[in-house]
Amino acid sequence: MLLIRCPYCEEERPELEFRNAGEAHIARSANIAAESDDDFEKFFFIRANPKGVIYERWRHIHGCARFFNAVRDTVTDKFVMTYKAGEPKPEKLPGASK
Amino acid sequence: MAKAAAKTNAASPSVERRPALAGRAVSAAGVKVEILPPAERISLRAPQASLAALSKALGVTLPAKPKTSATKGGRTALWLGPDEWLIIDEAGKDPLADCAKVSALHSAVGISHRNVAISVTGPAAAVTVNAGCPQDLSLDAFPVGAASRTILGKSEIVLMRTAADAFRVECWRSLSDYVFTLLSEAASDAAN
Ligand SMILES: [Zn+2]
Repeated sequence: MLLIRCPYCEEERPELEFRNAGEAHIARSANIAAESDDDFEKFFFIRANPKGVIYERWRHIHGCARFFNAVRDTVTDKFVMTYKAGEPKPEKLPGASK
Repeated sequence: MAKAAAKTNAASPSVERRPALAGRAVSAAGVKVEILPPAERISLRAPQASLAALSKALGVTLPAKPKTSATKGGRTALWLGPDEWLIIDEAGKDPLADCAKVSALHSAVGISHRNVAISVTGPAAAVTVNAGCPQDLSLDAFPVGAASRTILGKSEIVLMRTAADAFRVECWRSLSDYVFTLLSEAASDAAN
């Protein structure tokens, strides 16, 4: 079983307590009605779906119930790091060569 | 007026307490699983600024550290999230009434009848709970007093360690038969 570190519980907990909640750092427009159809499509449907490092929202649903962000490698399924919701996208990842 | 209200309260069948699974117990070698008596409970949500006033009103300091609890005078406050606590009162006093006096921002919801509590005690208690709960229940990771919302099989539970070899499992009433049966089966397995 995967262990995922919850930034609110401040420890690693079993994956069964968590739920994935899609790609992170997708900002909803403050004036959504003024969005063009193309822009709305990008915001609403289009996701990066990379092979490699992905930034995701996760929720510790059967624990503290908080949403947080996680950096995960989609190839190895390894969690690189997690951080609290609202915190900026980390510029440097631990263990990254560049 | 107050007298009449109290009378209505006591007589009304809608608030009559009918505990689920009351009296059920299973004993196996090294572990006993039994339904605990009814208790008063609230689900408490509050921001940092309200904690001092709420702690004072409840008579127990709301724990701020993850996976911890605090007990005083038959009342236990369990940390569930950064702004969420489960208050369990086993002394028959209503924590909802205590919170009602607090003007600081908070949300207190009475859930006394929503939950059923099951005790798992004995040297094989941790093994029994671990049959359905994936958390590390060693004394280092989950010491006496530790409390956490987690899962047991297909049901969400709130787990608290009340002694080195004793756990309190809080589950929703509608899932209590499932949780009790799972723990009973696990208890017999734990003996082997
Ligand atoms: Zn958590």
